[in-house]
Amino acid sequence: MPTDSFTHTGAIELAEGETPAIRFNHIVKRYGDHTVLDGLDFTVRRGDRVTLIGPSGSGKTTILRLVMTLEESQDGYILIDDKPLTHIEKDGKRVALKDKHRSQMRKRIGMVFQQFNLFPNMTVLENIMEAPVHVLGISKADAKKRAHELLEQVGLPDKADAHPTSLSGGQQQRVAIARALAMDPEILLLDEVTSALDPEVVGEVLGILRKIAETTDVTMLIVTHEMQFARDVSNRVLMFDGGRIVEEGAPADIFDNPQEQRTRDFLSAVA
Amino acid sequence: MIDTSLWNWDHVWSALPEMLTAFVKVTLVVTIVGSAIAIVLGLVIALVRRSAPQPISGVVTFLMNFIRMTPLVVQLLFMYYALTSWSPLMVGIVVFGVHYSTFMAEVYRAGIDSVPRGQWEATTALSMSPGRTWIAVIIPQAVRATVPALGNYVISMFKETPFLVAVSVIDMVGAARAYGGDHFRFTEVFIVAGVLFLLASYPTSLLINRLEKRLAY
Repeated sequence: MPTDSFTHTGAIELAEGETPAIRFNHIVKRYGDHTVLDGLDFTVRRGDRVTLIGPSGSGKTTILRLVMTLEESQDGYILIDDKPLTHIEKDGKRVALKDKHRSQMRKRIGMVFQQFNLFPNMTVLENIMEAPVHVLGISKADAKKRAHELLEQVGLPDKADAHPTSLSGGQQQRVAIARALAMDPEILLLDEVTSALDPEVVGEVLGILRKIAETTDVTMLIVTHEMQFARDVSNRVLMFDGGRIVEEGAPADIFDNPQEQRTRDFLSAVA
Repeated sequence: MIDTSLWNWDHVWSALPEMLTAFVKVTLVVTIVGSAIAIVLGLVIALVRRSAPQPISGVVTFLMNFIRMTPLVVQLLFMYYALTSWSPLMVGIVVFGVHYSTFMAEVYRAGIDSVPRGQWEATTALSMSPGRTWIAVIIPQAVRATVPALGNYVISMFKETPFLVAVSVIDMVGAARAYGGDHFRFTEVFIVAGVLFLLASYPTSLLINRLEKRLAY
């Protein structure tokens, strides 16, 4: 595939001395013979709220999974805060970094999944406290206090001792958001967080995320089919198709005045 | 004088004390200690096969299959004659424990495989260490799924304890046979032996069902 015809590189102008939160450097991701991402470049500023839109199979979720190191790319480099995430270039060769380095990098990143993935063998409180206590080494008392604050924030102050299976999907997803925030991530990845929810509870989950976007400066990388949410929360929208950025811009530009035919087709299909 | 009656309760009462003693001292001891060995060692085998580097996991897999594919009685006899410094009871406990651990390892493997991928991904997203991932997330969920199958193996181990007779350990059935030989009366003692097994097995299976329900979330 020729890359010359490709104009939207996802590059942004950075101020002098500014380090981007995330930089994708020519990332290639294949599953067998199928190439999902073919030399993807893009940059996310600190505090950016970037929404990835596009048809399914266009590689959006793969991007989040690469940042969370749930998947391994075949080529290219991902930099978090200008530090390599999984690989570095050494004497012109791509060298994998050690697990220790990766887990150090991962601590800056949090993720909320479509299927919540709460630990069913733990209570809500234990779910939220697990990583702060055992990964960050925060005292149990402090972690507990913070967990209660977060539960308050997601509107579930009385569910601390409940088991995840006794909660509705919307409540589970709110706990999962609290669990991710308990690690104080610099980057929060939201992977279709409302896709598995009943329509009537989508609003409450999105409301909480809106509030988090308003009250924190966490960098967000969002994959969603909720276009109104993307419009409200994000300051940048990237339209993907076939593993490439087809078009990008401010939400108002993309949603109200799309330049590319593929963007127009996609938006009219999801509207 | 030959007693030609079909059933004589006197034999039941006079054989019972020795049988019960053997039941507690041998049958229960081998089952309980053997199960404890099997439950722990089975998990260790499952974890080694999954996580240890190649030469080690390969050797463990070979040994596991070797033990699984050879009869318990052969293993009992072999160890009995190989480890003459051990008491026969000790040989029995260890052989039962190791033999069943190889079956339980497969149960654990299935249990570990049944933990959804999303659980592993959540531990990665939370930067949890491999040790913590296993202890706090994977093993508790895997074990819950394995309780019924592990319980069945405990019961079948219990029912196979009469094989200990091969290494001259007198378990409950051995005591029954000894009594029968002395008095030329086998009907009562073997029926009593069967009933005692049933009386112990059935409540155990109910207990396992309850445990399974309690572990469900």
